Amino acid sequence: MNRRESLKAIGLGTLSASALLSACKPGTENKDAGAEPTVDATGREQFEVDREKKLLKETFFDAHEMATIAILADLIIPKDAHSGSASDAKVPEFIEFIVKDEPQHQLPMRGGLRWLDVQCLNRYNNDFKSCTPQQQNEMLHEIAFPFKAKPAMQQGVAFFNKMRDLTAIGFFTTKMGIDDLGYKGNTPNKWEGVPADVLKQYGLEGV
Amino acid sequence: MIMPGLPPPKNWPKKQVLLPDHHTQPKIKMQIKKSSTEYDVVIIGSGAGGGMSGYVLANAGIKVLMLEAGPFFDPAKDSQQLKWPYQSLRRGGNATRSLGDFDAAYGGWQIEGEPYTQKDGSDFQWFRAKMLGGRTNHWGRISLRMGPKDFKCKTAYGVGDDWPITYDEIKPYYDKIDRLLGVYGSVEGLENDPDGIFLPPPKPRLNELFVKKAATGLGIKVIPGRGSILTAPLPGNKDRQQCFYCGQCGRSCKIYGDFSSSSCLVIPAIKTGNLTVLTNAIVREILTGADGLAKGVSYISKDDMQEYQVNAKTVILAASTCESARILLNSKSDRHPNGLANSSNVVGKYLHDSTQGAGVAIMPQLLNRKRFNEDGVGSLHLYAPWWLDNKKLDFARGYHLEIFGGMMMPGYGGYFGFEGAPVPFLNGFLPGADGKMKDAGGFGADLKNDYRRFYGTMAGFGCHGASTAREDNYCEIDPAVVDKYGIPVLRFRYKWNQDDVNQAKHMQETAKDILHAMGGIPLIQPQGPETNYGLDKPGKGIHEVGTVRMGDDAKRAPLNKWGQAYDCKNLFVTDGSVFTQQSEKNPTWTILALSMRTAEYLIDQRKKQNV
Repeated sequence: MNRRESLKAIGLGTLSASALLSACKPGTENKDAGAEPTVDATGREQFEVDREKKLLKETFFDAHEMATIAILADLIIPKDAHSGSASDAKVPEFIEFIVKDEPQHQLPMRGGLRWLDVQCLNRYNNDFKSCTPQQQNEMLHEIAFPFKAKPAMQQGVAFFNKMRDLTAIGFFTTKMGIDDLGYKGNTPNKWEGVPADVLKQYGLEGV
Repeated sequence: MIMPGLPPPKNWPKKQVLLPDHHTQPKIKMQIKKSSTEYDVVIIGSGAGGGMSGYVLANAGIKVLMLEAGPFFDPAKDSQQLKWPYQSLRRGGNATRSLGDFDAAYGGWQIEGEPYTQKDGSDFQWFRAKMLGGRTNHWGRISLRMGPKDFKCKTAYGVGDDWPITYDEIKPYYDKIDRLLGVYGSVEGLENDPDGIFLPPPKPRLNELFVKKAATGLGIKVIPGRGSILTAPLPGNKDRQQCFYCGQCGRSCKIYGDFSSSSCLVIPAIKTGNLTVLTNAIVREILTGADGLAKGVSYISKDDMQEYQVNAKTVILAASTCESARILLNSKSDRHPNGLANSSNVVGKYLHDSTQGAGVAIMPQLLNRKRFNEDGVGSLHLYAPWWLDNKKLDFARGYHLEIFGGMMMPGYGGYFGFEGAPVPFLNGFLPGADGKMKDAGGFGADLKNDYRRFYGTMAGFGCHGASTAREDNYCEIDPAVVDKYGIPVLRFRYKWNQDDVNQAKHMQETAKDILHAMGGIPLIQPQGPETNYGLDKPGKGIHEVGTVRMGDDAKRAPLNKWGQAYDCKNLFVTDGSVFTQQSEKNPTWTILALSMRTAEYLIDQRKKQNV
């Protein structure tokens, strides 16, 4: 029995291997960075599908928090010559989802945003979002360098570490971020080892 | 807890939550549905052990029923292969799947409504995959034969027990599964790491070559990995296609380019017309008759939550190492008051998992490395078999190195779950693009560039070692806890011993030496005796074996050397539970070989009308 018949025999219809391969490719579903995928039930357990649908209907951050997250994310990953900014890649939307998916982030994120606003109110008489870019930059310098931050800033450091991680995850897992990193895989190919020029560059030809 | 007969506690609500009133409930009489069909063989489980038994028996014309606790799973249809991280809402994160959103396993370290408990401060981790093919859908495809000394542990190393079989007895079955399923590797002629019948091995990735060079310089022999992936067409097989190098075996393969029990054994066996698979069927117990022989299986269907019984002339148990022990211990009767096949009282005992450690580093010389597709295969490109003589060491058994590294697909739990996360710290320890040192951390264009610079610079290796089976490491039935199906659950007792800890200490020293020779910045802090030198929790190796061991003495082992129960001759066990003693080799290839051997023995015994 060949493969086509075998798949038919187990009730999967007549799929050829080439059709399977092309089905593996994202093709037209290769949406723009961070675009919200629909919940695809193929190869998923029912509880997973139900959970995602439920989470997508819920909202965690309020409008002020989301606006602050967007500003912070773009300060962490700004647009440059290679690629767009974190908000261009819809990083704030990712963060909104992931704190619902992994609730352990919720309190540190909510509390951290509030901590940041209160710091800015005391320093600049404005919440973080309403501060000038120079003030925002100055504030972040207090919390973005863990080894030189002042003891009184440690809660801010903890918050910013998390915010920075979630922003980087959110950005570099989009099409925009993957292209920026230059990842070349996830496509059928023939792996024949490290290119000769690279082996030579590192003196590993004989290894 | 409220004990019957005691007065209600003071905070008892005045208006109690009413229990369901039986008079007003619709009358559903619970009943057990008994099938009148008698199968030749019923197999419990569809993973490596159950799948191989089913394949061999169905191809021999024997009518087989296979019960699988999870749903049907066909990698051709259900794999998440070639999805991008942004096609997952959680970008590959692990909120619902322990090993990431694209990992093939349905299940994980914890399953809702199906708990397990611990004893004496143990923290055994039990990974379960409830689906057709079980854990073979997501496993690392590392396919190593155990060696002659591994089957004679007591004789060769002075610890544990000898198996009731030799390497020479199992070698023909290793040969047969190599040909049937396909495995790549290189012929090396090593005494205790026997060669197989190999397909060509894949070339190493750049980072892995750095590890090889450093290890070789320290006297550690590094050889190509051995994995069940079709790096070339498999002679005589038209159902499976050659690997196309996406490196995603953990997601299972749509073209059956790697070995899964679902794609390579169970689905082909269904096509013979002799194998029937019942999915979502959770086995409660194996039923025995007045003569003490197995007569069938009792199970609950997840689909309709009804109770069923099926009859069979022979029962093969392959539900996974711990689940098989659980089923036997729960199968109590007048003839088998201690659980089935347990007159020796060792079912559940001798549970043992691999020891695990690791060395991981960032390699500064790879900053800003050239980009190319380096996915390779989703198994080992390089590994180092155990290389030392234990007579000169303070532990009895060895470990091997599983080498990794390269430009991985970004993902939450991939590049950014691991390699990318330390970038805002590491950037304070290496000169920036301008050659100057700066403070670790930061934000903005400079940090964005650091993520780019560090991408693909990680390299390392896992250390996987052999632990000795001990009677006092075990699983047993928790006397007080049942799962949501009313089935008593397992309770674990597992402690590493000094031998295991000494091995972990040695792993850490090896890691330090190799990473230093590589010129890498270690990412794992050295640990001391208080944390067992970084030794992972038992169970985390997902190589647990030994709970229904084979042995020559019926007083000390449940199974004879054919995997047949001493107490019940028409009951066979074919999963990892049968191991007398593991080695540092990953167990799957040995489970497959033993399962094939047991199935062929059963065919022979049926012909002789002994079962």
